Amino acid sequence: MSHRVVITGMGIWSCLGYDLETVKESLYNGKSGIVIDPVRQELGFRSPLTSFVEKPDLKKKISRNMRTFMSEEAQYAYAATEQAVAQAGLTQEYIDAHEVGLLYGNDSTAKSTYEAVSKIYEYKSTQACGSGAIFQSMCSNTTQCLACLYHLKGINLTTAGACASGSHAIGLAYLLIKNGLQECIIAGGAQEVNPECMGSFDGIQAFSDRIDEPTKASRPFDRDRNGLVPGGGGATLIIESLESALARGAKPIAEIIGWGFSGNGDHISTPNVAGPQRSIELAIENAGIDKTTIGYVNAHATSTHAGDGREAMAISNVFGDYKVPVTSTKSQTGHECWMAGASECIYSILMMKNNFIAGTINFENPDEETACINVIGKTQEAHFDTFLSNSFGFGGTNSTIIVKDFKE
Amino acid sequence: MTKEEIIEKVNPLLAEEFEVEESDITPDAIIKDALELDSLSLVDLVAVIEHTFKVKIPAADLPTVKTFEDLYNYIESHQA
Repeated sequence: MSHRVVITGMGIWSCLGYDLETVKESLYNGKSGIVIDPVRQELGFRSPLTSFVEKPDLKKKISRNMRTFMSEEAQYAYAATEQAVAQAGLTQEYIDAHEVGLLYGNDSTAKSTYEAVSKIYEYKSTQACGSGAIFQSMCSNTTQCLACLYHLKGINLTTAGACASGSHAIGLAYLLIKNGLQECIIAGGAQEVNPECMGSFDGIQAFSDRIDEPTKASRPFDRDRNGLVPGGGGATLIIESLESALARGAKPIAEIIGWGFSGNGDHISTPNVAGPQRSIELAIENAGIDKTTIGYVNAHATSTHAGDGREAMAISNVFGDYKVPVTSTKSQTGHECWMAGASECIYSILMMKNNFIAGTINFENPDEETACINVIGKTQEAHFDTFLSNSFGFGGTNSTIIVKDFKE
Repeated sequence: MTKEEIIEKVNPLLAEEFEVEESDITPDAIIKDALELDSLSLVDLVAVIEHTFKVKIPAADLPTVKTFEDLYNYIESHQA
């Protein structure tokens, strides 16, 4: 039996805000979360640009010993999950009585690993790195911690799919619930924000070096784009079967109706057109909808020449004459990497529920490749009830989620 | 470092690291109870002492370090 899959809670910890209302306002007003990090300047980064995300203060919420096990990204994940669980009305009593699952995207623990190994080298002692280091150094740290904090007894898995990690987590949650293997899953993505994580990425010159204008550096689809700006934080969605939501008395916010995925089978960092196109096509096919019912596309577009151009061609190939509105919220947030697939679903749902499309800030002129799609530059009042969200990652991993406003 | 200097340094350090009141750290108090240590966080005690005093407490010696008095004495007798 196939089940309808709904979203009943969302939580966000990002450079655009630390609650849904603030993030919605930031999206609407075209706020940029990008700053210069003086530490990266000192370390000789080619680009010291990054989003700025505060660390959540969890001291009064989580015991010292438990916090010792939590990496920076796990802390962001908890801060987002706490909001999502509250909005969904997911009580501990309910969680204790059911097999609530956990699928969370993450693909690095660079700072934790660096700090632990540094202590071993400095003190010539493995105990010097403390009790939390082993847990914090694993990519699954976010799911380890969330599962223990909430006593989750369903699926417990970190999805590591580069910059599509968060999207794959949502897609897998959708698939498991649709097929009746789980009733309710906490899904999302987290991304650490620190020089340790981004130094090697800076090393391959993938970042924009528009240092004189930090808030203008991330400019997806724009002719003068010259690289991405890294960002991060945490984003969580409570995903469950419609039956589960109604039985709990929870109010569905939106419905996931399709997931598409593909591999490029090509270069490790340079994307192609065919892979993303197949992911989009599969999502639309699985959703069983006419493509013209999609009122908005939240693009993966990170502000790189190759990536944005090829995604534009993939979107154009799929949608043809139907010029669906396209934006990239990465113009405001930078590239939230492992978290992006989850956060961008939340950003898009906030737009859908509040009747606007947040413009791609800094989009001034298309180039030859990006002119083939309808990029929205300025925020528009707009009503749409279905959107498509793309996430692509290194190694040629692609994921596309289609979400519809909930109607009984 | 004299024993008094060790106590002056180690007590506030442990209170901060393990988030307990410094007044709970008395010479006769059992370390595990006062700092709410389990088998994992015991490693953090070893790490903090190592970082601060460059004194390693091997696993074999841990059973002998039960009270804070034991800890002060251990640091005093093993410091470089």
